Amino acid sequence: MQANKQAAPVVGVLALQGDFADHQAALAACGLRTRQIRTASQLRGIDALVLPGGESTTMLKLLEVEGLWGPLGEALQRPIPILATCAGLILLAQHVENPSHDRKGQAKGSQESYGLLPLSVARNGYGRQFHSGTFELVSETLPKGTTGTFIRAPRITAVHGPCEVIAKRGNDPVLVRTGHVLAACFHPELTIGHPVTAMFAAMVTASARDSDDVAAEAQ
Amino acid sequence: MTNNHPTPQVPGFTAEELVSKIGFCEQLKGGVVMDVVNVEQAQIAEEAGACAVMALERVPADIRKDGGVSRASDPDMIAAIQKAVSIPVMAKVRIGHFVEAQMLESMEVDCIDESEVLTPADEEFHIEKRPFKTPFVCGCRDLGEALRRINEGAAMIRTKGEAGTGNVVEAVHHMRALMSQIRSLRGQDAEVLAKRARELRVPTELVAWVAENQKLPVPNFSAGGVATPADASLMMQLGAESVFVGSGIFKSGNPVERANAIVRSVTHYQDPSVLVEVSKGLGEPMVGINIDTLPPDQRLANRGI
Repeated sequence: MQANKQAAPVVGVLALQGDFADHQAALAACGLRTRQIRTASQLRGIDALVLPGGESTTMLKLLEVEGLWGPLGEALQRPIPILATCAGLILLAQHVENPSHDRKGQAKGSQESYGLLPLSVARNGYGRQFHSGTFELVSETLPKGTTGTFIRAPRITAVHGPCEVIAKRGNDPVLVRTGHVLAACFHPELTIGHPVTAMFAAMVTASARDSDDVAAEAQ
Repeated sequence: MTNNHPTPQVPGFTAEELVSKIGFCEQLKGGVVMDVVNVEQAQIAEEAGACAVMALERVPADIRKDGGVSRASDPDMIAAIQKAVSIPVMAKVRIGHFVEAQMLESMEVDCIDESEVLTPADEEFHIEKRPFKTPFVCGCRDLGEALRRINEGAAMIRTKGEAGTGNVVEAVHHMRALMSQIRSLRGQDAEVLAKRARELRVPTELVAWVAENQKLPVPNFSAGGVATPADASLMMQLGAESVFVGSGIFKSGNPVERANAIVRSVTHYQDPSVLVEVSKGLGEPMVGINIDTLPPDQRLANRGI
């Protein structure tokens, strides 16, 4: 731990499946170091965490068989900045509306998730790939004209608790922040210089500075 | 190697096509796309962690066995699979058969495979893929085929391999050819690149992009003959970003176990200890075919070049 002081923070990027490489490139462009996470031991010593887009059912399956479900849950409880996009957001939502039935036709309450975000989401809530595209975001924080690319994106259908809505698509929240978690329905990593990745990078830098200060005081 | 970031300027692609068509294909990386012929198989695939399914009436091994003309699948069967799973559903059309593609787009299939596995409908032209909103994947044996398909608007490329054989040798052959031809462009001057572009029958800008970025401008997957977790890892280590498995799963002795194993082998393709673990007790793989015994007219990879 001590040896890492002053070095650029390391962002762990969950790399079970999906566009983790695009996130790594976007984070590197913001001056951050990254590490792919496929096993529990790789979670040690990271300063921030990214849950990328991909297929949430694939990621859930792999988290389970790799024995990563518990260790990742512990890492998510640490006060480190977390960025979750698309499938990543689904993994953190309190309630996932669909699929509502398993393959034997039994009703399921919700797809399994970590429940960190006080939200309900509908998977593929904007439709199949045919309805994917780039849409203008409504936001007071992001620069005017900022867009987001939505790919078979989850739709936030309800907000249940304290949650800062940073951007909307029409009336739907699509970029939200709860404490140390920043979550987007769209894909900030697909466009170079997208302000959302920069916003996350600022959270990571600030958090690393704070923990350095705490460490300095402790000495 | 690690910089797979889609660069905004890829010759011939609009910014919107780059993010939404190619962006869709980026989401499939590190995953396994499985061929399925009915709802039950689609659900097994989803539960095993497939990142997408390819809905088709017969897997390539059966197409090979049955012979005759092989066409796009019954819309009913595709619709039933779309309803049964939450992961993306792809489907195949015959090379050049743009009407089959129009029909699949109207059904909102997530991705269209213009595939040599079906009987080609046009011996001269592939589908002009740009007017479609749906992303296309196409097969290739080398860089020329890959770039011609990308120039027609394909958002994802897969090596053809030799589908329905359970023999990975042709997929290896095609991936090695592709990667070495990409490397051979490195550092070449404008004159050489222009000459290569003429030989490959694609715009010079596209060849120049590949020379500079040392990769294809779209995701590069592998297909055709993958039957074991080791095969899947082999293709990933040779440069594939994801794997299509056709007959290899549901023509094997234990499809559920094999599907699970191949999904894990793609995530951990660089970790032989995981490959050993997932390969234990998998039961019979599909029966393979030696490529040398295939008469030239039964070689699917020679279609649509």
